Amino acid sequence: MANVLVVAEHLDGALRKVTRSVITFARDAAELTGGDVDVLLLGSDVDAVAEELAQYGVSRVLYANDSAYANYLAENYAPAIAAAAEETDAAIVCAPASTTGKDLLPRVAASLEAGMVSDAISVSDDDGLKFRRPLWAGNVITTVEVVTPVKVVSVRTTDFDAAEPSGDATPVESFDPGVAPSETAEFVSFDQVKSERPELTDAEVVVAGGRGLRSGENFEMIMDLADTLGGAVGASRAAVDSGYAPNDWQIGQTGKVVAPQLYFAVAISGAIQHLAGMKGSQNIVAINTDPDAPIFQVSDYGLVADAFEAVPELTEKLQKLVD
Amino acid sequence: MKILTTVKRVTDPDMKVKIKPDQSGVVTEGVEYKMNSFDEYGVEEAIAIKEEHGGEVVAVSIGPSQSTKELRTAMAMGADRAILVETDADLDSDAVARVLTEIVQREEPDVILMGKQSVDSDRSQAAQLLASYLDWPQATFAYDVEVADGWATVGREVDGGTSTKRIRLPGIITADLRLNEPRYASLPGIMKAKRKPLETLTPDDLGVDIAPRVNVLKFEAPEEREAGEILEDVDELVDRLKNEANVI
Ligand SMILES: Cc1cc2nc3c(=O)[nH]c(=O)nc-3n(C[C@H](O)[C@H](O)[C@H](O)COP(=O)(O)OP(=O)(O)OC[C@H]3O[C@@H](n4cnc5c(N)ncnc54)[C@H](O)[C@@H]3O)c2cc1C
Ligand SMILES: Cc1cc2nc3c(=O)[nH]c(=O)nc-3n(C[C@H](O)[C@H](O)[C@H](O)COP(=O)(O)OP(=O)(O)OC[C@H]3O[C@@H](n4cnc5c(N)ncnc54)[C@H](O)[C@@H]3O)c2cc1C
Repeated sequence: MANVLVVAEHLDGALRKVTRSVITFARDAAELTGGDVDVLLLGSDVDAVAEELAQYGVSRVLYANDSAYANYLAENYAPAIAAAAEETDAAIVCAPASTTGKDLLPRVAASLEAGMVSDAISVSDDDGLKFRRPLWAGNVITTVEVVTPVKVVSVRTTDFDAAEPSGDATPVESFDPGVAPSETAEFVSFDQVKSERPELTDAEVVVAGGRGLRSGENFEMIMDLADTLGGAVGASRAAVDSGYAPNDWQIGQTGKVVAPQLYFAVAISGAIQHLAGMKGSQNIVAINTDPDAPIFQVSDYGLVADAFEAVPELTEKLQKLVD
Repeated sequence: MKILTTVKRVTDPDMKVKIKPDQSGVVTEGVEYKMNSFDEYGVEEAIAIKEEHGGEVVAVSIGPSQSTKELRTAMAMGADRAILVETDADLDSDAVARVLTEIVQREEPDVILMGKQSVDSDRSQAAQLLASYLDWPQATFAYDVEVADGWATVGREVDGGTSTKRIRLPGIITADLRLNEPRYASLPGIMKAKRKPLETLTPDDLGVDIAPRVNVLKFEAPEEREAGEILEDVDELVDRLKNEANVI
């Protein structure tokens, strides 16, 4: 029992890039355990996702194609994953630390009598497997070990590069977990925030706005700047709570964690809970009227300026460069 | 309707935590504690459900004797009684879930309200583990809860948007931050809370072995970012982004 099982995540019939980062984590882990990397796909008629998963040089791709998995429900997915973990002799079961991964994996851990690590940022072998994970809004990093034979891990995908296709295609095996659908949980709806922009967690550039923008309409200038650079749009919790931006845009301890090449924090003060979601960015630009705003403690480039003037000017000048 | 709500005592999220020189934990001297922020939303929702449907709200905490303070806060907000499972041990989420499993078997609640994550350990595991041990359905990250006819309809904040799920009670719901506005404890509430029943048990009384499945070996500070420069104007910013950071 040394194999590593990756639970794939997909949206709109396409593999989510976060899964490719988990495959990289799984390769690191399998090298230490001396096992293979296997992938489990749960869904209904997502053959294209299965075909894509076959391109990453993994040992087995298990595909449970069933209408019971058309919509995500932890109550139906968790027992299927536990069955796949037994089928593949998995020592480690892992998935992205997305909202789905967070909702799902503890249930998998309970069924497998496994200890679970949330938000792993590294795996190493130092007299047994050790995982590092952030806590206290990223202000502390702990090293932990899991004493149970099977270990369940949610992976902080910003800390692992997305795996690239490699080697021959793996044959896709159909897999029947043999679990009856739950009678106590029902999927009702998924209301997707549709956007032409890249996903926040994948984007090379993120432009985030805060409460200082004072209205949802004023977020237009944030979107214009993002679109100029082909970036994604984010927001502070205060901006989301005030109704300026949808919840899906929230960055921070209790929102998304991003680590783009370039992050703009516009009219965001820089509370520790916000920093927890963006401190790993390569270049941070802060635009704020208050020279003492804590965001300037972590930014590479700061502008003490009124966003309503600086952002449109910046967009215009960058647009000229990009053209 | 009997509603159970969980309350974790955590370090004040707005304080900067310091790590002990021997890396064995964080400095606890002089540290302020309070109720986990997400649990305030859970307690509020529990009380709101009671106000609509009648019944009883029971608050539970697992931790040191000082956690009675957070339980009194929950009762001052409106919980009817409280249970402290007293231990000074460092519990992992699994031990928390196994202790709560025993409490649920004794109390037989119709619904359990918990926080979506602890602001100290940031794990987001305890509720889902508990749901699995009880073989109950779960609705995590709730921003909207409607209880009717033995079911809860829950709006959830998820990647990519929002989603709605129905669970048949008994079930577990975890609170996200936009679920409600937690009420403040009023002065009469605080006075009343002093006389509300608070039962103290130990993990031994419940027959739960709290040995962790996950051991924390070392605490470290992350690499600090250095503060950069304050620039003159937009032109300088554009220049630096293009010619120094090479990101345009
Ligand atoms: C349990 C918990 C979890 C949390 N999780 C998160 C999280 O995940 N993400 C998150 O972001 N927050 C989170 N928070 C909230 C966090 O503590 C802050 O309240 C929040 O980040 C503040 O948002 P803000 O910076 O937009 O607003 P504010 O702090 O109000 O800052 C607004 C800023 O805008 C500046 N400003 C005003 N006008 C202008 C102008 N014209 N031009 C330029 N600048 C201007 C001001 O100087 C100020 O610095 C959490 C809090 C708690 C308790
Ligand atoms: C100094 C220190 C050392 C630690 N050492 C270890 C260690 O060695 N091993 C280890 O695994 N963990 C350790 N921890 C972490 C801590 O004890 C656990 O994180 C916690 O008790 C388990 O829940 P959670 O934070 O994972 O809950 P989450 O799943 O993040 O919380 C979700 C919800 O569960 C409920 N909940 C969680 N805990 C409790 C509780 N105690 N009482 C009532 N409700 C609760 C709350 O409603 C909360 O909102 C340590 C913590 C500290 C401060």
